[in-house]
Amino acid sequence: MSYAGWILLTASLVGLSCGLIGVLLILRRMAMMADAISHTVLLGIVCAYLITRELTGIHMLIGAVIAGLITAIVIQWLHTRGVQQEASIGIVFTTLFAIGVILIATKVGNAHLDVKHTLMGEITFIPWERVEVPLLGSIPEAVVLLTAVLVVVLFVIIAFYKEWKITSFDPALAASLGIPVILMHYLFMSLVSLTTVAAFDAVGAIMVVAMLITPAAAAYLWTDRLSFLFLLSSIFGILSAFIGYYMAVWLDTSISGAMAFSTGIIFMISFLGSPKYGVLAKFISRRKPNQRTYKIS
Amino acid sequence: MFSFLSYNAQSVLFSTFLLGMAAGVIGSFAYWKRQSLMSDALSHAALPGVVLGFTILGEKNLFVMIIGAAITALLGAFLIQWIRSSSRVKEDAAMGIVLSVFFGLGIMLLTFANRMPGGNQSGLDSFIFGQAASMVSKDVWTMMTVAIIVLLLTVLLFKEWKIFLFDPSFAKGLGISTAGMNVLYMATLVLVIVVGIQAVGVILMAALLIIPSVSARYWTESFKIMVLLSALFGGASGMIGTFLSTIGKGWPTGPFIVVTAASVFLISLFLGSKKGLAVVFFQQKKQRKSMELVKMTREVEQ
Repeated sequence: MSYAGWILLTASLVGLSCGLIGVLLILRRMAMMADAISHTVLLGIVCAYLITRELTGIHMLIGAVIAGLITAIVIQWLHTRGVQQEASIGIVFTTLFAIGVILIATKVGNAHLDVKHTLMGEITFIPWERVEVPLLGSIPEAVVLLTAVLVVVLFVIIAFYKEWKITSFDPALAASLGIPVILMHYLFMSLVSLTTVAAFDAVGAIMVVAMLITPAAAAYLWTDRLSFLFLLSSIFGILSAFIGYYMAVWLDTSISGAMAFSTGIIFMISFLGSPKYGVLAKFISRRKPNQRTYKIS
Repeated sequence: MFSFLSYNAQSVLFSTFLLGMAAGVIGSFAYWKRQSLMSDALSHAALPGVVLGFTILGEKNLFVMIIGAAITALLGAFLIQWIRSSSRVKEDAAMGIVLSVFFGLGIMLLTFANRMPGGNQSGLDSFIFGQAASMVSKDVWTMMTVAIIVLLLTVLLFKEWKIFLFDPSFAKGLGISTAGMNVLYMATLVLVIVVGIQAVGVILMAALLIIPSVSARYWTESFKIMVLLSALFGGASGMIGTFLSTIGKGWPTGPFIVVTAASVFLISLFLGSKKGLAVVFFQQKKQRKSMELVKMTREVEQ
């Protein structure tokens, strides 16, 4: 496959898995939690690197999932101790992220990790770092990683589809039905961390947030059905990957930045023009009832 | 104090102290408005403005960059408000969208600006994590002036702030314009954020607003003392963090400020005199003991 093809495939895989996870984030009102985890994953990666001295696949994944879970647990614990949810998110992720940045800037700075890379991603290098895969030949490592994570995400979502539906829409009902709500919560947090770390290399910590939240929020403006939400959100994710890539090539600028920006464009179009919940549709329907009452009287 | 440092270093330390104080004060207002993460969204949204300010002028001029940052941050605030009020998307998602999309735009513009002549040396990258070492004396003065204005506004209008935050309807009854106070609040919040990003960086600026105010909560029930303590904690974190970051060459300032603030938070969390873990632990122990005493006396009576 060509150079651009690999980049587009990587970006689409990011858009796809982030889009799927994002739907559950929006429904569970945990968008800022995703922001927090996408930052603390950095500390997980740095710690995994300090321990194993390796920057490859499985170590990073384990480190990131542990960091993500610790973030979720500490935020929850501070919240039960009386700190506002928002404030406890703000304290925990900034602190852990700052520790990660300090570790990179002072100790491992000259190694393969660097701060700019983790923030903005280096999708342009992805096609060069290849591994040999049986049957398929040489494939970029990131593509293998992202595909594996996508399979896990798809499997967990489909296998527990009903449970996700009930726990997201009505946690109280879910608890009364005997669904382990808390376990599901932490399972979900692990999924978020997994997706984030896999996407990290490609688009960086902050653009991951755009890919996670924005396509799903845009899809949320078009439909009420959960299955359509998943479908639309993944389509929007892939679409913004493509738009972002071509915009970046056209303007000769950062690919990940352009991808984040194009999720914003898709959201703005949905926000204004969605026939169901868009601003224009609401504006029109607000005027309609008046006309109707006028006709009746 | 710090007399072994050069005059320039001393004035940078003093300006980050003032910045931390202003951030601590405004942060405790934000805490009571339950808008802690709003500051995170706004500071990220300031990045495209900073870079635009640079691109338009072609050189680094802090004043123009601050104006640019303020414009995009306010635009971000407006968008969050608009998305929240006229669609089914909730506030947290709206903040996440604005934060990440504006940051993405900022990174796009940064790539352009770095290609411009002189763009790479101007230290635009230092706006992401903060670099107090890159501040020149003009920047220091701008930061000090803004911080002092914000602090004066709090001291002079303290009663109004308090009523506005705790009982907006009462404020209306007294003839205080809540809309006006809201504008003032937003303006001071954005001001503190945009002057702070050069020292602390867009990503971690929110921490300087959030952490000191939450730490202060562990020591007092009074709003006035909370604001004072928050200012003190913020100022100390700003100054100590900046000092620590000057030890190594090229170390970013923001993360050190945040880690200092977080240490203050941890101390407050464990030892705080009002809701600190140690105090709560001893209270519970005492309660248990008195409960046991009651039980024992009952048993004796029977």
